[in-house]
Amino acid sequence: MNIVVLVKQVPDSGAERTLSASDNTVERGSASNVINEMDEYAIEEALKIKEAHGGEVTVLTVGPGGATDSIRKALSMGPDKAVHVQDDALHGSCAVATSKVLAAALRTLNADLILSGAESTDGRVQVVPHMLAELLGVAALTGARKLTVDGSQLTVERQTDEGYEVVTASTPAIVSVWDTINEPRYPSFKGIMAAKKKPVQALSLGDLGIASDEVGFAGATSQVLEFTKRPARTGGAKVVDEGNGGEQLVAYLATEKFV
Amino acid sequence: MAEVLVVVEASQATGVKKVTLEMLTIARGLGSPSAVVFGDASALTDKLAEFGAEKIYVASGEDVEGYLVAPKATVVAELVKQVQPAAVLLGSTQEGKEIAGRLAIKLDNGLLTDAVEVAADGTATQVVFAGSTIVKSKVTKGLPIVTIRPNSVTPAPAAATPAVEQLTVAVSAADKLTKVVERVAEQKGSRPELTEAGIVVSGGRGVGNADNFKLVEELADLLGGAVGASRAAVDSGYYPHQFQVGQTGKTVSPQLYLALGISGAIQHRAGMQTSKTIVAVNKDAEAPIFELADFGVVGDLFKIVPQAAEEIRKRK
Repeated sequence: MNIVVLVKQVPDSGAERTLSASDNTVERGSASNVINEMDEYAIEEALKIKEAHGGEVTVLTVGPGGATDSIRKALSMGPDKAVHVQDDALHGSCAVATSKVLAAALRTLNADLILSGAESTDGRVQVVPHMLAELLGVAALTGARKLTVDGSQLTVERQTDEGYEVVTASTPAIVSVWDTINEPRYPSFKGIMAAKKKPVQALSLGDLGIASDEVGFAGATSQVLEFTKRPARTGGAKVVDEGNGGEQLVAYLATEKFV
Repeated sequence: MAEVLVVVEASQATGVKKVTLEMLTIARGLGSPSAVVFGDASALTDKLAEFGAEKIYVASGEDVEGYLVAPKATVVAELVKQVQPAAVLLGSTQEGKEIAGRLAIKLDNGLLTDAVEVAADGTATQVVFAGSTIVKSKVTKGLPIVTIRPNSVTPAPAAATPAVEQLTVAVSAADKLTKVVERVAEQKGSRPELTEAGIVVSGGRGVGNADNFKLVEELADLLGGAVGASRAAVDSGYYPHQFQVGQTGKTVSPQLYLALGISGAIQHRAGMQTSKTIVAVNKDAEAPIFELADFGVVGDLFKIVPQAAEEIRKRK
């Protein structure tokens, strides 16, 4: 099975994140950038499927030059190769434009199965898998907590607010996964060394037949007008339980009219 | 006045979800609200009318309900072409966002997700980066397609007498690629939906095991709240993932968030720090959760929580 995993580099969600004061985009220059955590689960799922059914795993990333670090990290887990779409004109792209670029790159890769994280920790927008399905005319099985592959038949347990749905489709398809689906492996030393030699194909917008004014700020379908930092919360009263902590808690809830 | 399409979020068990009423409330500031219902609308119309729906469009049948998301996007896209609405509002839920994404591609249109407010000119306010940053954005191509985060505005009733229109649905083969084979409801009981609840009581690693989560549930039930869990608790198997609050789970913004045995890692705070009031119980006086708690109790939750439950019963 030919599997492509979408990997996004994002600012570390465990650190301070901000927008750039000059153009209101996500500040990536000064941030500590990492693989979007949920994508590691997609990589793991791809590797498990390859191990069980054979095939090839390709990492696909759209992002600036610095995203190479995340691509090598992804490859160190085990995928065979990577494609990196990189072009200065991409800076400032909206989700619609980004999905068009991903779709163009995916058309060159002829994937049976496209895997991605259910959301990225920076935008948390969750729309790209269905946008790609719409653009490519393939099935989307999103929000997976379990994926079963039987030949060309895919079955997914899709997590919902009420419980879950069982959804099925045939390949080619895109599946997005939550972090409940598996436990991603740690890259081995051998994997880290091997990743340095794995092929990373660079593609520009020109290679994909996309004009630079279809993406970036020029092609954006939405615009951030302004942003402000929310004032940080400050802690209030803190009491140490001396036998009546529960009563004190309820007394506080009562003053706030919750009981 | 131009119509504003509100894609209705409802559940079989509880009917119209609160976020729908919030969307209708926001929609009234943008135009004339028209609700779009997928499936049987008969149990929903009264509520939609009470909150100002001037029109109700209904799309039902196996072609819409038997497949994942895509047919719904087709229905909304056709409706957009037909009525030329001023905006389309959807819930900031998994499905709401997915419909919005497909709609944006179909119409080659911009979209904004996780809005907490939409101004009359379509400018949306979003809270991003774990609640640390407030952003104002606008769709610059096409009409505003905006998903609304639950618990953003107070729903205000405004009675209307909606006309109900059954839509004829023509979905394509591409819309039917992903079949829904089964819908399974898991435990939640009569508790309110996590993202919509006014009160959320959450348990963390400090709760210790799955069985002890009964304590969290008991307090939630006494307060009429929903139950949440930290990632540590979910990863340890104490509680199901759909109740996880934080970076890789749900974002909640209730009036009261009660954190029991949760240290308050940044990934957890990401999902709850826009809550109005935060109360924490933790045995570690240095736990970061206390930095944002309006009221904190340092101590053993296994003593404090049962005592609090008893005290609430006494006061009732």
